[in-house]
Amino acid sequence: MKAVKIIAIVLLVAFVGIQFMPVERNQSDGVPKTDFMLVNDVPSDIKNKLQVSCYDCHSNNTQYPWYNKVQPVAWFLEGHIKEGKAELNFNEWDSLSSRRKASKLRSIIKQIESGEMPMDSYTLIHKEAAFSEEEIQQVIKYMENLKDSL
Amino acid sequence: MKNLKKNIALMLLLAVSFSNAQEKEKMNHNHDKMMTMKGDTKSEAILSDYFNLKNALVTDDSKKAAELGAKLATSLKAFDKSKYKVEEQKELADIIEDATEHAEHIAKSDIGHQREHFKTLSKDISDMVAITGAKSTLYEQFCPMYDGGGSWLSTNKEVKNPYYGNKMLTCGKVKRTIN
Repeated sequence: MKAVKIIAIVLLVAFVGIQFMPVERNQSDGVPKTDFMLVNDVPSDIKNKLQVSCYDCHSNNTQYPWYNKVQPVAWFLEGHIKEGKAELNFNEWDSLSSRRKASKLRSIIKQIESGEMPMDSYTLIHKEAAFSEEEIQQVIKYMENLKDSL
Repeated sequence: MKNLKKNIALMLLLAVSFSNAQEKEKMNHNHDKMMTMKGDTKSEAILSDYFNLKNALVTDDSKKAAELGAKLATSLKAFDKSKYKVEEQKELADIIEDATEHAEHIAKSDIGHQREHFKTLSKDISDMVAITGAKSTLYEQFCPMYDGGGSWLSTNKEVKNPYYGNKMLTCGKVKRTIN
C-alpha cells in the first residue's frame, strides 16, 4: 500500500513537472499571400471544412483547445503538426510549382478518399473535423477540378 | 569580261564554302545534341534505381520496394543539373524535388501507397528522360485500369505490371518507344 502511494506521488510530481517544459507553439500572425484560400477561389463550405479539418496540422496556425496545452498531449500534438506541415502546408501553397501542386492534390484526394485524413486520433476529439460521405465527395470533386485546371 | 568570270567564280566559291560551313555547323550541332541526349551517369543511376523499384513492385515485394525507394531518393539528390541549359535546369530541379518526395514516401509506406506514389514518380522520371535522354531504349507502358490509367517506364518491351503485380501481371500495353 505504501509502495502504491509512493508511485502515485512520483507520477504526480512528474506530471506537474513536465507541464513546465517548454513547448513550441504553432502560431503566427496573419496569413501569407501564398495561402491556398487566398490564391484559389474556394467555395465557403469547403473553405470552412478545410479550415476546421486540415489547418490545425497543415498550416502555420493551430487552434489550441485547453487540453492541447497539457503535457504530454502537447508533445504528441507538436509531433503531428511538425510532420503534417512538412508534408503539406496550405499557407505556402502558391510557392509550389504546378508539378508539385498536382502531386499534392493527388495525395490530398487519396488521403481523404481512403479516410486516412483527417487522422482518427484527431477526429476522436475534434468531432467537427470528421468528414461525412457527402463532404468527402464535395471536397474531392473540388480538388480534382483544381488539379485539372493547373 | 575576264573580270566578270573571275567574280562569278569567286562568288560561287564563296557560296559553296559558306553552305559547306553551315552544313558542318549543323552536323556539329546534331552531334552535340546527341551527346547530351544520351543521359549522364547521374541520370542513369536514377533510372537504374527506378527500374529496380519497378521490378520490386512487379513482384509485390513491398519491403524491397521500400529499400529501393530510399536508394532512389539518394540518387535523385545526387543529380547534377549544372551541365544542362538554364531553362532545363529549372524544370529538372522541379522534377527532382517532386520525385524525391515520392521516393521518400515509397521508402516508408505499404504497397498500396507505394504504388500510388509510383504513378506520379513515373511521370516525373519520364519527364526527366525527355530532357536528359537515356543510354538504352525505353518503353513507356500503360495500364488503363489502375487509378484512371497509370504509366511506367521499362527497359523491356514485355509488359509486367508494377501496379497490380501478380494479380494482373500482363495488363497493359506499350504506349511509346523512347530513343
